[in-house]
Amino acid sequence: MFGQSQFAFTRGNAFEARVKADGGAELLRLVHEKLDRGAEPPAVGHVPDLSATGPEGRAARTALALREATAGTARAPGLPGTWTLLDHPMLALDVAGSPAYLEPDAVVVHPDGSWTVVEIKSFPVLDGSADPAKVGAAARQAAVYVLALERVAARLAPAPRVRDRFLLVCPKDFSNLPTASTVDVRKQRAVTDRQLARLTRIEDIADTLPDGVCFSPELPAEELTSAVEAVPATYAPECLSTCELAFHCRARSREAGAVTSLGRPVRAELGGLSTVEEVLAAARGEAGDPDDPAVAALRRAAELRAEALAAAGAAAQEAAVCL
Amino acid sequence: MSLITTLARLEAVRTGRAQPAATVRHRHLSDRPLVFVPLITAGEAGAPLGALVGTDRDAPHLLVVPQPRDRDLRFAFLAELAGIVLPHVEAYADSVEAAERTETDPETGKRVKVEVDLCADAAQLIVPSRAGVDFVRLLGRSMRFRRTAEQDPEAPHPAPPRVPLLGRWLTHYGERARVPGSSLLLAMTDLLGRHWATGQSTLEDQHLGALLAWIAPDDEELTGAEAARRVELARDADGQLLCPPAGPATDPAFDNKLLAPAIERYDRARTALAAAEDGLEADDRLGALTAAEREIRALVESRTRPTWDAVWRGMDLLRELPAGAHVEDRWTRDRWSFTSHRDRVLAGEPPQPRRDDAVTAANKLATREREQARLEAQEALDDPLVMAGRRLAGEAFAGEVTDIVMAYSESKRPSPRPLVTVRTDDRPHLGERAKVYRSLGGKPQAAEFVEQQEEGVLVLRVVDKMGRGKEPEAGSVPKKGDRVCFTLFEHEQRGGAKLPDPERTPWTHGGPPGEKAAVPEAPDAQTEEDVL
Amino acid sequence: MTAEATTTAVDAPAVPVFDPGGEAARATAAILHDTLHGTERGVVVDSPPGAGKSTLVVRAALELAAAGRPLMVVAQTNAQVDDLVLRLAEKNPDLPVGRLHSSDADPYDKALDDLANVRKSAKAADLAGQAVVLSTAAKWAHVKVDEPWRHAIVDEAYQMRSDSLLAVAGLFERALFVGDPGQLDPFATVGSEQWAGLSYDPSASAVTTLLAHNPSLPQHRLPVSWRLPASAAPLVSDAFYPYTPFRSGTDHDDRGLTFAVPSDGSGADRVIDEAARSGWGLLELPARHTPRTDPEAVRAVAEVVRRLLDREGRATSERSAGPVPLTADRVAVGTAHRDQAAAVRAALADLGVTEVTVDTANRLQGREYDVTVVLHPLSGRPDATAFHLETGRLCVLASRHRHACVVVCREGVGELLDDYPSTEPVQLGTLVKFPDGWEANHAVLAHLAEHRVPWRG
Repeated sequence: MFGQSQFAFTRGNAFEARVKADGGAELLRLVHEKLDRGAEPPAVGHVPDLSATGPEGRAARTALALREATAGTARAPGLPGTWTLLDHPMLALDVAGSPAYLEPDAVVVHPDGSWTVVEIKSFPVLDGSADPAKVGAAARQAAVYVLALERVAARLAPAPRVRDRFLLVCPKDFSNLPTASTVDVRKQRAVTDRQLARLTRIEDIADTLPDGVCFSPELPAEELTSAVEAVPATYAPECLSTCELAFHCRARSREAGAVTSLGRPVRAELGGLSTVEEVLAAARGEAGDPDDPAVAALRRAAELRAEALAAAGAAAQEAAVCL
Repeated sequence: MSLITTLARLEAVRTGRAQPAATVRHRHLSDRPLVFVPLITAGEAGAPLGALVGTDRDAPHLLVVPQPRDRDLRFAFLAELAGIVLPHVEAYADSVEAAERTETDPETGKRVKVEVDLCADAAQLIVPSRAGVDFVRLLGRSMRFRRTAEQDPEAPHPAPPRVPLLGRWLTHYGERARVPGSSLLLAMTDLLGRHWATGQSTLEDQHLGALLAWIAPDDEELTGAEAARRVELARDADGQLLCPPAGPATDPAFDNKLLAPAIERYDRARTALAAAEDGLEADDRLGALTAAEREIRALVESRTRPTWDAVWRGMDLLRELPAGAHVEDRWTRDRWSFTSHRDRVLAGEPPQPRRDDAVTAANKLATREREQARLEAQEALDDPLVMAGRRLAGEAFAGEVTDIVMAYSESKRPSPRPLVTVRTDDRPHLGERAKVYRSLGGKPQAAEFVEQQEEGVLVLRVVDKMGRGKEPEAGSVPKKGDRVCFTLFEHEQRGGAKLPDPERTPWTHGGPPGEKAAVPEAPDAQTEEDVL
Repeated sequence: MTAEATTTAVDAPAVPVFDPGGEAARATAAILHDTLHGTERGVVVDSPPGAGKSTLVVRAALELAAAGRPLMVVAQTNAQVDDLVLRLAEKNPDLPVGRLHSSDADPYDKALDDLANVRKSAKAADLAGQAVVLSTAAKWAHVKVDEPWRHAIVDEAYQMRSDSLLAVAGLFERALFVGDPGQLDPFATVGSEQWAGLSYDPSASAVTTLLAHNPSLPQHRLPVSWRLPASAAPLVSDAFYPYTPFRSGTDHDDRGLTFAVPSDGSGADRVIDEAARSGWGLLELPARHTPRTDPEAVRAVAEVVRRLLDREGRATSERSAGPVPLTADRVAVGTAHRDQAAAVRAALADLGVTEVTVDTANRLQGREYDVTVVLHPLSGRPDATAFHLETGRLCVLASRHRHACVVVCREGVGELLDDYPSTEPVQLGTLVKFPDGWEANHAVLAHLAEHRVPWRG
């Protein structure tokens, strides 16, 4: 289920290269058309070199390039062509007390000094619409970049505006031609900001681990397995499509008899009951407080189910006799 | 998920086998379904790689695109598909019976009955999973605006003759599949998931192999969970899944390790053939190309055949269930849908537009909401297990009649309005004077909630279906000791309000379409790198 | 209503003091001007909770009728239609009003039978010539006319679906659309994703479609809530209307809630006193996963209501000269689900309380009370679904009160929200409606945390 097909990989890379070809001319044209029609159209795009050593170095280089591009537009406002494209910049964001490095596909500095996040995805936009789950994921990703850019902007005076709409570039219909859409990420930005503020700090998480635990992939499989098992996990079936450890967590969740291994909504009407055996015992009348509405409803459900199955069984037998 | 289904799932966990989620079959199954098991190329917006298709479980047609990026090979695949699907569809389209339909007379504006043709049966298409349904829709969309050389001699890459027509039919099937309870195009995972509850999540049920592992595992020794896990994860020494996914997406390990090298060999063989300098060399190289193509065909077959067999096994399981009483009624609606599409094609109408206009969209939504309500009501009436869920939810109640008191309406010609007392263990959410319905000879009989005498003792007033006389017709009123089941939901659906014609779209919704509506939809622009 | 609330600023010339009465009057005048004399075919008015929407609708109807323009009024439910008929008749008993109703049993409120100038019929033709004809959108959809009405008022337009407007828009030439964008969105019982992003998505709200096709229509906003007290308006505005803020028409000193019977020190009494003092109270039960009808939480709700009535509350407000007794009809309980409402009703009956309204958010839309007691939609839940996170649901529950709102909730909702991060799908081309339900829930919770009282069963 995991790993990527080389067909998808090749196609995705070819598409991104195509979108960014010619010094990002097409990309800047799309940003101008979709987000900033009032500005002078981009004549030549300025694409600064962002290479540096290590993520910290690259993040510093990106911050510098952003400052220069923004200052440049301030010095020469209205000059044609004062558009800057940052190709794969590096941004740092404090997550739970330690820096996380992020690499958007591109950031564009507009002639007015404002910044736009650009994401290039390989899922298609067909007749103007795309898979909403994928667009939603792209929007949450872009919101993180917007927050990280805001941190960079806050260190500049005057702080440039980070635009709250990002540009999503996808293949159009069945072709490899780019089509761009703007997506408002104010909602996702607000949510991510609060999530970051509520995160438990990494040191606090580390404190809850047994001493000396290590997750190095170099470790022998047995040691690594027991290290992973030392950490609690909240498994849900949705994990299966996003995480390589999901089958491991599923096995543990099933072993523990957790009803949520069947999907989180299963718990909705079960109240305090959380394991398969607890629920079935309550339904059979062997355990549970009959005054608990969850237990009462389960018993009623079990009765009704047995009654319906018995009725259907009787009807089937009758039909068999008639034959 | 209702608590009854939750219980069934947990019972499946405990026993290691799927449990019944229905006691009758709630969808129509054709005697001759057309099964379609497609595969696509990763990352290419649904570019076909190959498919198994046909009506004979022992002899499917294998269709393969040896180089998915080659437009001519894709067109050949689509033409071949059209050559199998269209004759099947047309055989059904040609066999009609006379039926009546109510239409609005254009001159008088009155509703009149007219005699029309109704296809005696409709072609049914079955795919392995929901992603397969989406792919049918995508194929339809990619083909219906294509132009053939006959339609447009100037077309840069003319489509093979029957391809646009196949696009229109697949579009129709894809759209009909969105109507609740319809059976023209079905996904096997949905069908099995409707009738059995497994001990895994509905998300995992999307894997046809894993779903079948719970319902009817190959190895009786294994629990459902073990068998499903084997299906999901077990790989051979080569790193290939023992049970390939039902598609249309392929396993990346298959793409990288087997498919990509095979396609590369094919490409090389083709280049070599093109560069052949004499007939003898060409013969040789053609042999190499054929061998390379055969290799890809074998690969595609090896990944589709297990799914093909799984679909038919699923069908066997479903056929063991007796059909629900209302299944035929809903299939007749599918036949009407099939017939009306046939008529649009025959009348020379253009293909379905890329996007619905405001009126069409609203009409479709209204139809689907009505069909959803119809489906929920009919499934409950057909299946005591479904009704049990509605009873638990307080939307229906069953019990014994403990008393009947004759009463009459207060009008000049008093009609019978008998009071029926029902004792029930159910706890329906009955509001003041709430209407309730029971099925009387297949027709709904209405009653009105009068009062609750004590916990579980309800008094109802029967208000219709008792004939015209002063005394109710025999059998139209329940007797003391009868078991009765009343629902709070209606059994039949009323038609909605009539919307304006699209030409009279009001200003709030963009106004009449005007002349732009008369222009047929342009075909998609074509580029060198198209994928479909 | 406006006279008492108006304050004049004399001592603070530097900061312009908010003049709610003046602001509201200016907004209303502009709306009526555009409605009666504007050139556009439609006017849209956003009305936050308690901003005087019904008053505006009645006034606009009377002025249009006075100007001799035949008027049809479209509301969404029969109760809303009957309420408007009663209000119209109260303001102008001589106005010939038509109530178009369905042919079901009991199609309208019996109180309409006492109104001499209100004619009722199931056939639109019978009502021709009435100055104003009112009905539900569902009923209007079946009406056919040769000549459209000159004017329409569409009430609760944000709760009306686009396809429902499509069915009736041919009946009128121009219209005034009024509604509250923060309340519960209309919904469809089947998937409608294939039309998402289309300007006329049939499952979207009528206003969304209207504005997508007619972006130049004048849009107004009623800027002042006369219902929500000064303690509630900022929270509701920030959490649910961050981009279209509104203010309270009254100040902190204008409203008061006192109790003759002193607190007995119980959790219920302490949360009542906290809510009376600050406008908000959170009665927090120990963390526990429970079924929807959590017996302990239900009992706590019932207990709070019982004590509210027993303690002889008196509400002071700009509406009357002296304090008004807090009676059962001025108190309501709000829940997310019907079975919860039923459980609370049963628990109240056990405590001898039968007159208090107990209903779900859907049914409490548009209603107003002095004090509300809310069972938090996420209390005790092991999971948080889109239904429970829907912004409109919490907004309705948190904006029905004139004085105070007590929320009953189990501990742990913050952590529950953290376990269910917002992962909403996004459709290209759709207008983003603010804010996110997850975020709004957190915002409200953070505010309530400052008014927390533990429950000791």
